[in-house]
Amino acid sequence: MEKVAIIGVAQSKYEQNKPETFAEMVYDVTRRALEDAGITKDEVDNVVSVSSDFWDGRTISSMAIQDSACAYGKDITTVEGDGTFGCLYGMMRILSGSFGVTIVVAHHKGTESNMNGITNCAFDPLVERKLGIDAVSSAALQARRYMNKYALKEEQFALVSVKNHGNAMRNPLALFPMEITVEDVMNSRRIADPLKLLDCSPVTDGAAALVLAAERQAKKLSTRKKRVWLLGVGHCSDAYRLGDRDLADTRALKAAAKRAYSMAGIVDPLREIDVAEVYDAFSYMEPLWLEGLGFCDDGKGCEYLERGYFHFDGRLPVNPSGGRLSANPVQVAGLAELAECVLQIRGEAGDRQVGEVNVALAHGINGMCGQSHCVWILGR
Amino acid sequence: MSDWKKDVEVLVHQGKISVPYSWTVGSTLSRWYCELRDNGKIWANRCPGCGTVFVPPKAKCIHCYLEPHDWVELPGTGTVETYTVVRYEEPKLHPRKAPFVYGLIKMDGADTCLLHFIDEIEPEKVKVGMRVEAVLAEEREGNILDIKHFRPLG
Ligand SMILES: [Zn+2]
Repeated sequence: MEKVAIIGVAQSKYEQNKPETFAEMVYDVTRRALEDAGITKDEVDNVVSVSSDFWDGRTISSMAIQDSACAYGKDITTVEGDGTFGCLYGMMRILSGSFGVTIVVAHHKGTESNMNGITNCAFDPLVERKLGIDAVSSAALQARRYMNKYALKEEQFALVSVKNHGNAMRNPLALFPMEITVEDVMNSRRIADPLKLLDCSPVTDGAAALVLAAERQAKKLSTRKKRVWLLGVGHCSDAYRLGDRDLADTRALKAAAKRAYSMAGIVDPLREIDVAEVYDAFSYMEPLWLEGLGFCDDGKGCEYLERGYFHFDGRLPVNPSGGRLSANPVQVAGLAELAECVLQIRGEAGDRQVGEVNVALAHGINGMCGQSHCVWILGR
Repeated sequence: MSDWKKDVEVLVHQGKISVPYSWTVGSTLSRWYCELRDNGKIWANRCPGCGTVFVPPKAKCIHCYLEPHDWVELPGTGTVETYTVVRYEEPKLHPRKAPFVYGLIKMDGADTCLLHFIDEIEPEKVKVGMRVEAVLAEEREGNILDIKHFRPLG
Protein backbone atom coordinates (compact mmCIF):
# COMPACT_ATOMS: atom_id res chain seq x y z
CA MET A 1 0.00 0.00 0.00
CA GLU A 2 1.25 3.47 -0.86
CA LYS A 3 2.10 5.68 2.11
CA VAL A 4 0.22 8.93 2.74
CA ALA A 5 1.78 12.00 4.36
CA ILE A 6 0.47 15.13 6.01
CA ILE A 7 2.37 17.91 4.23
CA GLY A 8 0.60 20.95 5.66
CA VAL A 9 -1.38 21.93 8.76
CA ALA A 10 -3.16 24.99 10.14
CA GLN A 11 -5.35 25.70 13.14
CA SER A 12 -7.37 28.70 14.21
CA LYS A 13 -7.14 30.10 17.67
CA TYR A 14 -9.77 28.29 19.76
CA GLU A 15 -12.22 30.78 21.27
CA GLN A 16 -15.80 31.23 22.35
CA ASN A 17 -18.09 33.48 20.31
CA LYS A 18 -15.60 33.82 17.47
CA PRO A 19 -16.70 36.70 15.22
CA GLU A 20 -15.90 34.77 12.00
CA THR A 21 -18.56 32.75 10.15
CA PHE A 22 -17.90 29.02 9.44
CA ALA A 23 -16.87 29.95 5.93
CA GLU A 24 -14.45 32.63 7.11
CA MET A 25 -12.82 30.20 9.55
CA VAL A 26 -12.55 27.50 6.86
CA TYR A 27 -10.99 29.98 4.41
CA ASP A 28 -8.45 31.07 7.02
CA VAL A 29 -7.20 27.58 7.95
CA THR A 30 -7.34 26.14 4.42
CA ARG A 31 -5.32 29.04 3.02
CA ARG A 32 -2.74 28.73 5.80
CA ALA A 33 -2.50 24.93 5.46
CA LEU A 34 -1.76 25.33 1.74
CA GLU A 35 0.82 27.98 2.61
CA ASP A 36 2.36 25.64 5.18
CA ALA A 37 2.59 22.91 2.53
CA GLY A 38 4.02 25.40 0.05
CA ILE A 39 1.42 24.59 -2.64
CA THR A 40 -1.44 26.40 -4.33
CA LYS A 41 -5.13 25.55 -4.48
CA ASP A 42 -4.70 24.40 -8.09
CA GLU A 43 -2.71 21.40 -6.85
CA VAL A 44 -5.67 20.18 -4.73
CA ASP A 45 -8.30 17.90 -6.25
CA ASN A 46 -9.95 16.32 -3.21
CA VAL A 47 -11.64 18.18 -0.37
CA VAL A 48 -13.07 16.48 2.72
CA SER A 49 -15.03 18.72 5.04
CA VAL A 50 -15.71 17.74 8.66
CA SER A 51 -18.71 19.24 10.42
CA SER A 52 -22.09 18.49 11.92
CA ASP A 53 -25.22 19.86 10.32
CA PHE A 54 -27.02 19.91 13.67
CA TRP A 55 -24.29 21.99 15.26
CA ASP A 56 -24.08 24.25 12.20
CA GLY A 57 -27.86 24.71 12.01
CA ARG A 58 -27.48 24.17 8.28
CA THR A 59 -27.93 20.99 6.27
CA ILE A 60 -25.29 19.73 3.82
CA SER A 61 -23.18 22.53 5.21
CA SER A 62 -20.12 21.48 3.19
CA MET A 63 -21.94 23.01 0.22
CA ALA A 64 -21.92 26.37 2.02
CA ILE A 65 -18.17 26.30 2.70
CA GLN A 66 -17.16 24.73 -0.63
CA ASP A 67 -15.50 27.84 -2.04
CA SER A 68 -13.80 28.61 1.30
CA ALA A 69 -12.31 25.09 1.29
CA CYS A 70 -10.90 25.70 -2.24
CA ALA A 71 -13.35 23.16 -3.69
CA TYR A 72 -14.93 25.51 -6.23
CA GLY A 73 -14.80 23.58 -9.50
CA LYS A 74 -13.68 20.43 -7.63
CA ASP A 75 -15.23 17.68 -5.55
CA ILE A 76 -16.14 18.12 -1.87
CA THR A 77 -17.50 15.52 0.51
CA THR A 78 -18.30 15.57 4.22
CA VAL A 79 -17.62 13.43 7.26
CA GLU A 80 -20.04 14.12 10.06
CA GLY A 81 -18.04 13.16 13.11
CA ASP A 82 -14.67 13.75 14.61
CA GLY A 83 -11.77 15.06 12.53
CA THR A 84 -9.80 11.82 12.99
CA PHE A 85 -12.50 10.09 10.90
CA GLY A 86 -12.29 12.92 8.34
CA CYS A 87 -8.58 12.26 7.94
CA LEU A 88 -9.33 8.55 7.51
CA TYR A 89 -11.75 9.32 4.68
CA GLY A 90 -9.28 11.70 3.08
CA MET A 91 -6.61 9.00 3.12
CA MET A 92 -9.02 6.38 1.76
CA ARG A 93 -9.94 8.61 -1.19
CA ILE A 94 -6.27 9.10 -1.98
CA LEU A 95 -5.59 5.36 -1.75
CA SER A 96 -8.55 4.63 -4.04
CA GLY A 97 -6.33 6.03 -6.78
CA SER A 98 -9.00 8.49 -7.87
CA PHE A 99 -7.72 11.55 -6.02
CA GLY A 100 -4.48 13.43 -5.53
CA VAL A 101 -3.59 16.16 -3.05
CA THR A 102 -6.29 16.36 -0.41
CA ILE A 103 -7.55 19.01 1.98
CA VAL A 104 -9.25 17.81 5.16
CA VAL A 105 -10.83 20.79 6.89
CA ALA A 106 -13.03 20.85 9.99
CA HIS A 107 -15.06 23.67 11.46
CA HIS A 108 -17.16 24.05 14.57
CA LYS A 109 -19.09 26.91 16.13
CA GLY A 110 -20.55 25.29 19.21
CA THR A 111 -20.94 28.53 21.09
CA GLU A 112 -23.60 29.65 18.60
CA SER A 113 -25.96 26.91 19.70
CA ASN A 114 -26.96 24.76 22.69
CA MET A 115 -24.77 21.72 23.35
CA ASN A 116 -27.25 19.93 25.59
CA GLY A 117 -30.04 20.28 23.03
CA ILE A 118 -27.83 19.06 20.20
CA THR A 119 -26.24 16.14 22.02
CA ASN A 120 -29.67 15.10 23.36
CA CYS A 121 -30.60 14.62 19.69
CA ALA A 122 -27.83 12.01 19.36
CA PHE A 123 -30.03 9.70 21.46
CA ASP A 124 -32.83 7.49 20.16
CA PRO A 125 -35.96 9.68 19.85
CA LEU A 126 -38.02 6.52 20.44
CA VAL A 127 -36.47 5.82 23.85
CA GLU A 128 -33.75 7.77 25.68
CA ARG A 129 -34.14 11.19 24.06
CA LYS A 130 -37.44 11.79 25.87
CA LEU A 131 -35.63 11.43 29.21
CA GLY A 132 -33.56 14.54 28.42
CA ILE A 133 -30.17 12.79 28.60
CA ASP A 134 -27.26 14.53 26.82
CA ALA A 135 -23.47 14.35 26.41
CA VAL A 136 -22.76 15.67 29.91
CA SER A 137 -25.22 13.55 31.88
CA SER A 138 -24.30 10.39 29.95
CA ALA A 139 -20.60 11.09 30.54
CA ALA A 140 -21.38 11.39 34.24
CA LEU A 141 -22.90 7.88 34.13
CA GLN A 142 -19.71 6.62 32.50
CA ALA A 143 -17.46 8.43 35.02
CA ARG A 144 -19.34 6.85 37.94
CA ARG A 145 -19.23 3.39 36.37
CA TYR A 146 -15.47 3.75 35.81
CA MET A 147 -14.94 4.93 39.41
CA ASN A 148 -17.01 2.11 40.77
CA LYS A 149 -15.39 -0.64 38.69
CA TYR A 150 -11.83 0.26 39.70
CA ALA A 151 -12.34 2.05 43.06
CA LEU A 152 -11.19 5.42 41.67
CA LYS A 153 -11.68 8.83 43.29
CA GLU A 154 -12.93 12.13 41.91
CA GLU A 155 -9.65 13.74 43.03
CA GLN A 156 -7.79 11.45 40.63
CA PHE A 157 -9.89 12.67 37.70
CA ALA A 158 -9.37 16.26 38.89
CA LEU A 159 -5.62 15.83 38.40
CA VAL A 160 -6.21 15.36 34.64
CA SER A 161 -7.87 18.77 34.50
CA VAL A 162 -5.01 20.32 36.51
CA LYS A 163 -2.41 18.80 34.18
CA ASN A 164 -4.15 19.73 30.93
CA HIS A 165 -5.12 23.29 31.86
CA GLY A 166 -1.49 23.68 32.98
CA ASN A 167 -0.23 22.35 29.64
CA ALA A 168 -2.47 24.89 27.88
CA MET A 169 -0.33 27.65 29.44
CA ARG A 170 2.25 26.75 26.76
CA ASN A 171 -0.29 26.76 23.90
CA PRO A 172 -1.27 30.18 22.52
CA LEU A 173 -4.19 28.59 20.61
CA ALA A 174 -5.91 27.15 23.71
CA LEU A 175 -9.04 28.71 25.18
CA PHE A 176 -8.49 28.12 28.91
CA PRO A 177 -4.84 28.04 29.98
CA MET A 178 -5.03 27.94 33.78
CA GLU A 179 -2.88 27.14 36.76
CA ILE A 180 -5.34 25.33 39.00
CA THR A 181 -5.24 22.81 41.82
CA VAL A 182 -7.11 19.58 42.50
CA GLU A 183 -8.97 21.57 45.15
CA ASP A 184 -10.11 24.12 42.55
CA VAL A 185 -11.56 21.31 40.43
CA MET A 186 -13.21 19.69 43.45
CA ASN A 187 -14.74 23.03 44.50
CA SER A 188 -15.97 23.99 41.04
CA ARG A 189 -19.72 23.98 40.39
CA ARG A 190 -21.31 20.55 40.43
CA ILE A 191 -22.76 19.79 36.99
CA ALA A 192 -23.77 16.12 37.02
CA ASP A 193 -22.17 14.11 39.84
CA PRO A 194 -19.37 13.07 39.84
CA LEU A 195 -18.55 15.73 37.19
CA LYS A 196 -17.83 19.29 38.22
CA LEU A 197 -17.42 22.27 35.90
CA LEU A 198 -13.63 21.82 35.65
CA ASP A 199 -14.03 18.11 34.76
CA CYS A 200 -15.90 19.18 31.62
CA SER A 201 -14.40 20.57 28.42
CA PRO A 202 -15.65 23.97 27.28
CA VAL A 203 -17.49 24.04 23.96
CA THR A 204 -15.26 26.09 21.72
CA ASP A 205 -15.32 27.57 18.22
CA GLY A 206 -12.54 26.86 15.80
CA ALA A 207 -11.25 25.27 12.62
CA ALA A 208 -8.31 23.16 11.51
CA ALA A 209 -7.03 21.90 8.17
CA LEU A 210 -4.58 19.25 6.95
CA VAL A 211 -3.06 18.76 3.51
CA LEU A 212 -2.58 15.07 2.63
CA ALA A 213 -0.63 13.60 -0.27
CA ALA A 214 0.37 10.14 -1.40
CA GLU A 215 4.08 9.27 -1.21
CA ARG A 216 5.09 10.12 -4.77
CA GLN A 217 3.32 13.48 -4.75
CA ALA A 218 4.36 14.26 -1.18
CA LYS A 219 8.02 13.77 -2.07
CA LYS A 220 7.65 15.96 -5.15
CA LEU A 221 5.73 18.78 -3.45
CA SER A 222 7.17 19.03 0.02
CA THR A 223 10.44 19.03 1.90
CA ARG A 224 11.53 16.20 4.16
CA LYS A 225 11.16 18.47 7.19
CA LYS A 226 7.49 19.18 6.46
CA ARG A 227 6.45 15.58 5.69
CA VAL A 228 4.86 13.52 8.44
CA TRP A 229 3.74 10.02 7.54
CA LEU A 230 0.45 8.40 8.52
CA LEU A 231 1.96 5.12 9.70
CA GLY A 232 -1.11 3.41 11.08
CA VAL A 233 -4.83 3.82 11.65
CA GLY A 234 -7.52 1.77 13.35
CA HIS A 235 -11.18 2.39 14.07
CA CYS A 236 -13.96 0.47 15.79
CA SER A 237 -17.39 1.13 17.28
CA ASP A 238 -19.30 -0.25 20.27
CA ALA A 239 -23.06 -0.56 20.88
CA TYR A 240 -25.25 2.53 20.36
CA ARG A 241 -27.43 2.14 23.43
CA LEU A 242 -25.64 3.00 26.70
CA GLY A 243 -27.39 0.14 28.50
CA ASP A 244 -26.05 -2.41 26.00
CA ARG A 245 -22.46 -1.52 26.95
CA ASP A 246 -20.33 -1.69 30.05
CA LEU A 247 -19.39 1.99 30.03
CA ALA A 248 -16.04 1.24 31.74
CA ASP A 249 -15.10 -1.35 29.12
CA THR A 250 -12.95 0.06 26.29
CA ARG A 251 -13.31 -2.90 23.93
CA ALA A 252 -13.87 -0.75 20.83
CA LEU A 253 -10.84 1.41 21.57
CA LYS A 254 -8.71 -1.67 22.23
CA ALA A 255 -9.68 -3.08 18.83
CA ALA A 256 -8.98 0.26 17.12
CA ALA A 257 -5.59 0.61 18.85
CA LYS A 258 -4.61 -2.95 18.02
CA ARG A 259 -5.22 -2.33 14.31
CA ALA A 260 -3.36 1.00 14.32
CA TYR A 261 -0.38 -0.50 16.19
CA SER A 262 -0.22 -3.53 13.96
CA MET A 263 -0.28 -1.36 10.82
CA ALA A 264 2.46 0.90 12.22
CA GLY A 265 4.50 -1.99 13.64
CA ILE A 266 4.14 -0.79 17.24
CA VAL A 267 4.72 -3.57 19.77
CA ASP A 268 5.18 -1.68 23.05
CA PRO A 269 3.18 1.58 22.82
CA LEU A 270 4.51 3.12 26.05
CA ARG A 271 8.10 2.66 24.89
CA GLU A 272 7.68 3.42 21.20
CA ILE A 273 5.28 6.40 21.23
CA ASP A 274 6.74 9.78 22.20
CA VAL A 275 3.63 11.92 22.60
CA ALA A 276 -0.15 11.36 22.55
CA GLU A 277 -3.15 13.60 22.02
CA VAL A 278 -6.25 11.79 23.29
CA TYR A 279 -9.90 12.87 23.40
CA ASP A 280 -10.36 14.23 26.93
CA ALA A 281 -13.85 15.73 26.53
CA PHE A 282 -14.16 15.02 30.27
CA SER A 283 -11.33 14.56 32.78
CA TYR A 284 -12.06 10.86 33.47
CA MET A 285 -11.88 10.06 29.75
CA GLU A 286 -8.12 10.58 29.56
CA PRO A 287 -7.10 7.73 31.90
CA LEU A 288 -9.90 5.52 30.55
CA TRP A 289 -8.74 5.98 26.95
CA LEU A 290 -5.05 5.62 27.93
CA GLU A 291 -5.94 2.20 29.33
CA GLY A 292 -7.79 1.29 26.14
CA LEU A 293 -4.78 2.43 24.13
CA GLY A 294 -2.64 -0.03 26.05
CA PHE A 295 -0.38 2.47 27.85
CA CYS A 296 -1.26 0.77 31.15
CA ASP A 297 -3.51 -1.98 32.49
CA ASP A 298 -7.25 -1.47 32.91
CA GLY A 299 -7.99 0.62 35.99
CA LYS A 300 -4.39 1.88 36.28
CA GLY A 301 -4.64 5.10 34.21
CA CYS A 302 -5.10 7.35 37.25
CA GLU A 303 -2.25 5.69 39.14
CA TYR A 304 0.14 6.23 36.21
CA LEU A 305 -1.01 9.84 35.99
CA GLU A 306 -0.31 10.35 39.69
CA ARG A 307 3.15 8.88 39.19
CA GLY A 308 3.80 11.55 36.53
CA TYR A 309 3.92 9.24 33.48
CA PHE A 310 1.58 11.44 31.43
CA HIS A 311 2.79 14.88 32.51
CA PHE A 312 4.57 17.27 30.16
CA ASP A 313 7.96 16.01 31.33
CA GLY A 314 6.77 12.44 31.88
CA ARG A 315 7.57 9.23 30.04
CA LEU A 316 4.63 9.75 27.66
CA PRO A 317 3.41 13.37 27.59
CA VAL A 318 -0.36 13.25 27.01
CA ASN A 319 -2.22 16.27 25.66
CA PRO A 320 0.67 18.75 25.80
CA SER A 321 -1.64 21.08 23.82
CA GLY A 322 -3.89 21.34 26.86
CA GLY A 323 -6.30 18.83 25.35
CA ARG A 324 -10.01 19.15 24.88
CA LEU A 325 -10.35 20.21 28.52
CA SER A 326 -8.66 23.49 27.57
CA ALA A 327 -10.52 23.96 24.26
CA ASN A 328 -13.07 21.60 22.74
CA PRO A 329 -14.00 22.50 19.19
CA VAL A 330 -15.94 19.17 19.01
CA GLN A 331 -15.67 17.89 15.38
CA VAL A 332 -12.46 19.86 14.91
CA ALA A 333 -10.84 18.32 17.98
CA GLY A 334 -9.39 15.21 16.32
CA LEU A 335 -8.00 17.23 13.42
CA ALA A 336 -6.44 19.64 15.92
CA GLU A 337 -4.83 16.62 17.62
CA LEU A 338 -3.40 15.44 14.30
CA ALA A 339 -2.10 18.95 13.59
CA GLU A 340 -0.49 19.06 17.05
CA CYS A 341 1.17 15.68 16.45
CA VAL A 342 2.54 16.94 13.14
CA LEU A 343 3.99 20.04 14.82
CA GLN A 344 5.55 17.88 17.56
CA ILE A 345 7.16 15.56 15.00
CA ARG A 346 8.47 18.50 12.97
CA GLY A 347 9.80 20.09 16.15
CA GLU A 348 7.64 23.16 15.52
CA ALA A 349 5.37 23.00 18.58
CA GLY A 350 6.95 26.07 20.20
CA ASP A 351 6.74 26.21 24.00
CA ARG A 352 4.66 23.03 24.04
CA GLN A 353 7.32 20.97 22.19
CA VAL A 354 7.89 17.92 24.40
CA GLY A 355 11.40 17.18 23.12
CA GLU A 356 12.35 15.07 20.14
CA VAL A 357 9.32 13.22 18.77
CA ASN A 358 9.62 10.39 16.27
CA VAL A 359 6.23 8.72 16.76
CA ALA A 360 2.99 10.38 17.88
CA LEU A 361 -0.53 9.13 18.55
CA ALA A 362 -3.82 10.95 17.94
CA HIS A 363 -7.15 9.55 19.15
CA GLY A 364 -10.68 10.74 18.37
CA ILE A 365 -14.16 9.60 19.33
CA ASN A 366 -17.63 9.68 17.84
CA GLY A 367 -20.87 9.10 19.68
CA MET A 368 -21.82 9.26 23.31
CA CYS A 369 -19.32 8.02 25.92
CA GLY A 370 -16.85 7.08 23.19
CA GLN A 371 -19.08 4.73 21.22
CA SER A 372 -16.60 4.84 18.34
CA HIS A 373 -12.85 5.42 18.27
CA CYS A 374 -10.24 6.29 15.66
CA VAL A 375 -6.54 5.90 16.46
CA TRP A 376 -3.70 7.31 14.33
CA ILE A 377 0.03 6.70 14.52
CA LEU A 378 2.16 9.37 12.87
CA GLY A 379 5.90 9.45 12.34
CA ARG A 380 8.87 10.77 10.43
CA MET B 1 -5.37 40.32 7.90
CA SER B 2 -6.42 43.81 6.81
CA ASP B 3 -6.87 46.49 9.41
CA TRP B 4 -10.47 47.37 8.55
CA LYS B 5 -11.64 44.13 10.25
CA LYS B 6 -10.72 45.52 13.66
CA ASP B 7 -13.24 48.33 13.33
CA VAL B 8 -16.23 46.34 12.08
CA GLU B 9 -19.27 45.96 14.30
CA VAL B 10 -19.88 42.21 13.82
CA LEU B 11 -23.63 41.55 13.92
CA VAL B 12 -25.37 38.46 15.33
CA HIS B 13 -28.63 37.19 13.81
CA GLN B 14 -30.91 35.08 15.99
CA GLY B 15 -32.37 31.90 14.47
CA LYS B 16 -34.33 28.82 15.37
CA ILE B 17 -35.01 25.65 13.42
CA SER B 18 -38.35 24.02 14.02
CA VAL B 19 -39.09 20.92 11.91
CA PRO B 20 -41.77 18.37 12.82
CA TYR B 21 -41.18 14.61 12.53
CA SER B 22 -43.50 11.59 12.80
CA TRP B 23 -41.20 8.69 13.62
CA THR B 24 -42.51 5.16 13.33
CA VAL B 25 -41.70 3.18 16.47
CA GLY B 26 -41.32 -0.08 14.50
CA SER B 27 -42.75 -3.47 15.41
CA THR B 28 -40.28 -4.40 18.18
CA LEU B 29 -40.49 -1.25 20.28
CA SER B 30 -44.20 -0.82 19.51
CA ARG B 31 -44.91 -4.23 21.00
CA TRP B 32 -42.85 -3.27 24.06
CA TYR B 33 -44.61 0.04 24.55
CA CYS B 34 -48.11 -1.45 23.97
CA GLU B 35 -47.48 -4.05 26.71
CA LEU B 36 -46.31 -1.26 28.97
CA ARG B 37 -49.25 1.02 28.14
CA ASP B 38 -52.05 -1.55 28.11
CA ASN B 39 -50.94 -4.13 30.69
CA GLY B 40 -48.37 -2.28 32.76
CA LYS B 41 -45.74 -4.94 31.99
CA ILE B 42 -42.04 -4.55 31.14
CA TRP B 43 -40.99 -7.13 28.58
CA ALA B 44 -37.63 -7.98 27.05
CA ASN B 45 -36.49 -10.12 24.12
CA ARG B 46 -33.88 -12.88 23.91
CA CYS B 47 -31.38 -13.66 21.17
CA PRO B 48 -31.73 -17.25 19.88
CA GLY B 49 -27.96 -17.33 19.21
CA CYS B 50 -26.22 -16.13 22.36
CA GLY B 51 -29.18 -15.95 24.75
CA THR B 52 -28.65 -12.27 25.59
CA VAL B 53 -31.87 -10.74 26.95
CA PHE B 54 -32.34 -7.12 25.83
CA VAL B 55 -34.40 -4.42 27.49
CA PRO B 56 -35.53 -2.26 25.76
CA PRO B 57 -36.02 -5.07 23.23
CA LYS B 58 -33.98 -4.98 20.05
CA ALA B 59 -34.78 -5.71 16.44
CA LYS B 60 -31.47 -7.62 16.19
CA CYS B 61 -28.83 -8.94 18.56
CA ILE B 62 -25.77 -6.66 18.67
CA HIS B 63 -23.53 -9.73 18.97
CA CYS B 64 -25.05 -12.33 16.60
CA TYR B 65 -27.03 -10.15 14.17
CA LEU B 66 -30.00 -12.48 14.71
CA GLU B 67 -33.60 -11.49 15.44
CA PRO B 68 -34.41 -11.93 19.14
CA HIS B 69 -37.80 -13.63 18.65
CA ASP B 70 -38.45 -14.88 22.20
CA TRP B 71 -40.24 -12.42 24.44
CA VAL B 72 -39.90 -12.65 28.22
CA GLU B 73 -41.71 -10.74 30.93
CA LEU B 74 -39.49 -9.01 33.49
CA PRO B 75 -40.42 -8.50 37.15
CA GLY B 76 -39.72 -4.74 36.86
CA THR B 77 -36.98 -4.78 39.49
CA GLY B 78 -33.27 -4.23 39.09
CA THR B 79 -29.95 -3.02 40.46
CA VAL B 80 -28.37 0.41 39.95
CA GLU B 81 -25.20 -0.09 37.86
CA THR B 82 -24.35 3.60 37.69
CA TYR B 83 -26.13 6.92 38.28
CA THR B 84 -25.68 10.66 38.18
CA VAL B 85 -27.32 13.54 40.01
CA VAL B 86 -28.06 16.18 37.38
CA ARG B 87 -27.58 19.67 38.84
CA TYR B 88 -28.24 21.88 35.80
CA GLU B 89 -31.57 23.06 34.44
CA GLU B 90 -32.51 22.37 30.85
CA PRO B 91 -36.27 23.02 30.90
CA LYS B 92 -36.86 22.20 27.23
CA LEU B 93 -35.13 18.80 27.54
CA HIS B 94 -35.56 17.58 31.09
CA PRO B 95 -39.01 16.23 32.02
CA ARG B 96 -38.23 17.19 35.64
CA LYS B 97 -36.49 19.95 37.56
CA ALA B 98 -32.89 19.57 38.75
CA PRO B 99 -31.57 18.10 40.92
CA PHE B 100 -32.76 14.72 39.71
CA VAL B 101 -31.12 11.34 39.19
CA TYR B 102 -30.51 9.29 36.05
CA GLY B 103 -29.59 5.67 36.56
CA LEU B 104 -28.56 2.78 34.36
CA ILE B 105 -30.50 -0.07 35.90
CA LYS B 106 -29.44 -3.66 35.32
CA MET B 107 -32.88 -5.23 35.06
CA ASP B 108 -33.60 -8.54 36.77
CA GLY B 109 -34.13 -11.19 34.11
CA ALA B 110 -32.24 -9.21 31.44
CA ASP B 111 -28.58 -8.77 30.49
CA THR B 112 -28.71 -5.07 29.66
CA CYS B 113 -29.35 -1.84 31.54
CA LEU B 114 -32.33 0.45 31.19
CA LEU B 115 -31.77 4.21 31.41
CA HIS B 116 -34.31 5.99 33.59
CA PHE B 117 -34.93 8.32 36.50
CA ILE B 118 -34.41 7.22 40.11
CA ASP B 119 -36.76 9.02 42.46
CA GLU B 120 -38.59 8.81 45.84
CA ILE B 121 -35.15 9.03 47.49
CA GLU B 122 -32.84 11.96 48.27
CA PRO B 123 -30.36 12.19 45.37
CA GLU B 124 -27.39 12.02 47.79
CA LYS B 125 -28.61 8.66 49.10
CA VAL B 126 -28.59 6.85 45.75
CA LYS B 127 -25.85 4.18 45.60
CA VAL B 128 -24.41 1.85 43.00
CA GLY B 129 -25.73 -1.64 43.71
CA MET B 130 -28.97 -0.33 45.20
CA ARG B 131 -32.07 -2.43 44.48
CA VAL B 132 -34.88 -0.54 42.72
CA GLU B 133 -38.31 -1.14 41.18
CA ALA B 134 -40.18 0.52 38.34
CA VAL B 135 -43.05 2.86 39.17
CA LEU B 136 -45.49 3.13 36.27
CA ALA B 137 -47.32 6.28 35.24
CA GLU B 138 -51.07 6.23 35.80
CA GLU B 139 -51.83 7.75 32.40
CA ARG B 140 -49.78 5.78 29.87
CA GLU B 141 -49.28 6.81 26.25
CA GLY B 142 -46.97 4.16 24.84
CA ASN B 143 -43.55 5.74 25.37
CA ILE B 144 -40.61 5.54 27.80
CA LEU B 145 -42.31 7.93 30.23
CA ASP B 146 -44.97 5.24 30.85
CA ILE B 147 -42.36 4.19 33.40
CA LYS B 148 -42.51 7.19 35.74
CA HIS B 149 -39.19 6.37 37.42
CA PHE B 150 -37.49 3.72 39.56
CA ARG B 151 -37.59 3.85 43.35
CA PRO B 152 -35.77 1.97 46.13
CA LEU B 153 -37.16 -1.53 46.55
CA GLY B 154 -38.95 -2.38 49.79
ZN1 LIG C 1 -27.00 -12.92 20.16
